[in-house]
Amino acid sequence: MQARIQLVSILGAAVLLLTVLELVRRRRLTERYALLWLLSALVLLVLAIWSGALAKISHAMGVIYPPNALFFVGIGFILLLLLHFSSAVSRLSDQSETLAQRQALLEERLRRQEQLAVGTGSEQSDESQRLTGAPVD
Amino acid sequence: MSPHSLYLAVIPAYNESATIAEVVERLRRHAPRFDALVIDDGSSDDTGPLAHAAGATVVKLPFNVGIGGAVQTGFVYAREHAYDFLAQVDGDGQHDSLELERLIATMDEEAVDMVCGSRFLTDDYRYPAPISRRTGIHIFAFLLSRIVGMRVSDPTSGFRLYNRRAIELFASYYPHDYPEVEAVLILHHHRLRMSEVPVRMYIRGGGTSSISTGKSAYYMIKVLLALFVGLGRRRGATDLAAGETLGVEQGI
Repeated sequence: MQARIQLVSILGAAVLLLTVLELVRRRRLTERYALLWLLSALVLLVLAIWSGALAKISHAMGVIYPPNALFFVGIGFILLLLLHFSSAVSRLSDQSETLAQRQALLEERLRRQEQLAVGTGSEQSDESQRLTGAPVD
Repeated sequence: MSPHSLYLAVIPAYNESATIAEVVERLRRHAPRFDALVIDDGSSDDTGPLAHAAGATVVKLPFNVGIGGAVQTGFVYAREHAYDFLAQVDGDGQHDSLELERLIATMDEEAVDMVCGSRFLTDDYRYPAPISRRTGIHIFAFLLSRIVGMRVSDPTSGFRLYNRRAIELFASYYPHDYPEVEAVLILHHHRLRMSEVPVRMYIRGGGTSSISTGKSAYYMIKVLLALFVGLGRRRGATDLAAGETLGVEQGI
């Protein structure tokens, strides 16, 4: 591999790796999402430095110009990350839906209890105490 | 069905202020054994207050979660308040609450877990829907009938009555965007039985359907995907039924 493209690849992968590590250190990226990023940055860095392995991989894949194999691997990781995000977003929207349902049901129960409390003149604090407990039944 | 059974009518409503009060009033007049529960799915108009004024219990979702999530809220409510039967009635006046008694009678006679009101079983049906929509419904009906091994003439009908077992099942998992077709499949996978009753449906009294004509193609593809993916899910779904306590998380 030509020296200049190798240098650029190493620099790029190293910057990616350091950025991910720094984000984790500042707790701006949770480990759950950092793992895949770390893995991709590491693999890219190793392949950029160890040009012999990259040459072998590109030969095995039938790629003539080794840096293209690096792009190929990089794009593979991008697809993987996107899929990971789609699944995370799906899970989040499911969770927010469940939360919305719980919140709406609790709000209705609270309103009912408040009406009851006003009607009987009982202590409001008793009612709110019960509301924080397990669902009635 | 004991005389002490508890009946809940769930009315999902999204911006249905034109019709919701009348739907609730008709329900209370024609099917008085049902408690009316309106799920206000994040409406921006005064659907919630109007339903409350008409005498319904209102559960207001903080934002629009879609028809599946709204109906599931009703199932969870029914489970928590120990209702024996749950009827789903649309908030737009399509369904005639007078016919709920026929659904109850059928559930009683045929000992099924869900009874579905079908537009396509009556001889005099004049269901006012565009031909594209009807074609879609018949395609679903054909596929679904093959899969579940019984005739399902109107799989997209939202006029349904569920018993306790079905309430438990759908409180733990109910499909999201266009839930009716997939719900039939889930029932089948859990070995719950269903039956259909001919009903008449009316032209919407106001508001807009959750399925605009532009979305019809998307609807078709989404439901077909759900059907075929649902087929592959068969075993897992049955395991879910075997579990005693069903958390919401499990269904997701």
